Amino acid sequence: MTVDSPEKVLAPVLSAFWDQPNSWTLETYRRHEGYEGLRKAFAMRPDDLIALVKDSGLRGRGGAGFPTGMKWQFIPQGDDKPHYLVVNADESEPGTCKDIPLMFANPHALIEGIVIACYAIRSHHAFIYVRGEVVPVLRRIHHAVAEAYQAGYLGKNIQGTGFDLELTVHAGAGAYICGEETALLDSLEGRRGQPRLRPPFPAVAGLYACPTVVNNVESIASVPSILVRGKEWFRSMGSEKSPGFTLYSLSGHVANPGQYEAPLGVTLRQLLGISGGMRPGHRLKFWTPGGSSTPLLTDEHLDVPLDYEGVGAAGSMLGTKALQCFDETTCVVRAVTRWTEFYAHESCGKCTPCREGTYWLVQLLRDIEAGKGKHEDLDKLNDIADNINGKSFCALGDGAASPIFSSLKYFREEYEEHVTGRGCPFDPARSTAWADDNNHFTASQGVLAK
Amino acid sequence: MTDVHLGMPELPAPDYPADVRERLEADAREVIARYPDSRSALLPLLHLVQAEEGHVTRTGIRFCAEMLGLTTAEVSAVFTFYTMYRRKPSGDYQVGVCTNTLCAVMGGDAILEALQQHLGIGNGETTEDGKITLEHIECNAACDYAPVVMVNWEFFDNQTPQSAQQLVDDLRAGRTVEPTRGAPLCTFKETARILAGFPDTRPGAVEATGGAGPASLVGLRLAKGEQPPPGTDRAAPEAGPTVVPPREEGQ
Repeated sequence: MTVDSPEKVLAPVLSAFWDQPNSWTLETYRRHEGYEGLRKAFAMRPDDLIALVKDSGLRGRGGAGFPTGMKWQFIPQGDDKPHYLVVNADESEPGTCKDIPLMFANPHALIEGIVIACYAIRSHHAFIYVRGEVVPVLRRIHHAVAEAYQAGYLGKNIQGTGFDLELTVHAGAGAYICGEETALLDSLEGRRGQPRLRPPFPAVAGLYACPTVVNNVESIASVPSILVRGKEWFRSMGSEKSPGFTLYSLSGHVANPGQYEAPLGVTLRQLLGISGGMRPGHRLKFWTPGGSSTPLLTDEHLDVPLDYEGVGAAGSMLGTKALQCFDETTCVVRAVTRWTEFYAHESCGKCTPCREGTYWLVQLLRDIEAGKGKHEDLDKLNDIADNINGKSFCALGDGAASPIFSSLKYFREEYEEHVTGRGCPFDPARSTAWADDNNHFTASQGVLAK
Repeated sequence: MTDVHLGMPELPAPDYPADVRERLEADAREVIARYPDSRSALLPLLHLVQAEEGHVTRTGIRFCAEMLGLTTAEVSAVFTFYTMYRRKPSGDYQVGVCTNTLCAVMGGDAILEALQQHLGIGNGETTEDGKITLEHIECNAACDYAPVVMVNWEFFDNQTPQSAQQLVDDLRAGRTVEPTRGAPLCTFKETARILAGFPDTRPGAVEATGGAGPASLVGLRLAKGEQPPPGTDRAAPEAGPTVVPPREEGQ
């Protein structure tokens, strides 16, 4: 099998200088074209700026993949209401770990993107809603925002343009649901984080019932590079419908977990190929393309292009590009039970299908995992998931159903084994990161091992 | 006489001592000024009162309500929704073991079990010396460093049962403990103040542990033609990749 070289497969843009000393500082950022995009943006009319981002084809990196420029365009202009930009930095989807290292290593890319976006949508107050459980990241954001104010990239009359922008850093307090954009807005208004009915959409009635853009960290941080290098450069990567580069986060039973920035459409086989593959002696069993809310895939899907259309055609979703890889030592029932416990814990309680459905899924799954399940429970799982999926108030419910449907589709025999064998046939000790520490595998054994 | 709770209304919570109240009011006004609408300051103010007492007390709730023109019921409804606010006194160091699926499978379950045995406490409980509160946490966006333990919301990456036991021993003995990513540990109360929006002013806190962590740099190093950094290179892939072919190709 030929393997493309890493240089060909990867395309570091956001991560390009994370290895430089003090990468999080304004000084280092400026040495790497920092705030050059903003300079170019200020030379344009706001409407042209929106058109540029729209033409670049940049799509939301937070999971849904909605075109970023279109979100900006939806903001009504000349309406005499304040406009707001809210950055969703509440990265909490299980498996997702891209925005946190991005903000830790290079928070200024986000801040520059924020100023550009606010200039485009004519907003004078932006917010970064960062999850509370990541204090090291919060520290770097506090520091970077202070630096940006000091250097005149935030505040009054930015760079002498007459444009004013305040940026407020807001730490959350622990609630997965606040990653849902309308729940985030309620939370930012000082309420319980529960989703709102749409319409009206945030572009019409968002924060304080004013026109609001809610964008993911990576989406906003990608904007300055488009300004600096142009939309043609951006479109030269990826596909017609999914252009550009993005951060893929490889985790789990792989030889080298970490962040891999590549053009959209790269495959898991390519990423594993350049990064050392699965841990030696083991083979891929199942994986998520974009966090736990995206249906599981298996080793049949190694060649699926990891872009919005490709993963969709394979029956899943690109989501947050959180490639959680599990090898053959992992019990799929255990994995799905744990995710389902998470959804039950994080269900906000607003709507019945999600609140009650996730509770009953957990009861059934715990029974099955403990060997107390019945064969008819498998259909019941499917039935309950079907009563949550598409019938819940927000996407958390759909997310909870995804691991159930997909694991039953690909691994029904494994559920049945738990029922007939009255227990779990797997040894969890074999799945741990240190399970093979005393064994010495060679690479060839790694290739051949079943 | 036994203290029987009949669900009767309680007397209003006592206020903070005058000097504390004065100091907190100044902080609260600074927080409120950051928002177009004062109620948006509620989450930071709850972090602020937690920074004062280590958990959210009835006094803290009353303070938030008074500062924002809300009822204590409105404040309670919000504070009980979010898991980072504590409802009872807890330890100086909150040790959170990620047991969401990926970390659990990679060893998080074993680490939590080992710590429970080692410390003799269950989930959500605090050691008798008041140093450590142990709990399991959900995914903390560090899956490429699994299994992950958080102490006062600083990252302790790639943990094992042994390293986690050493960690809590060091914390209980008062030894300086540094995370793999983040600043040298401060107490839970001091952490809560950062969360309220008051930057960490300790010298070196922002710079601590350098730029990106090793796993964050793996892709970049490969793209530059370098080998993955030591420490993440668990599999020594020098003899070629161990990618698994699809089933239909067979082996």
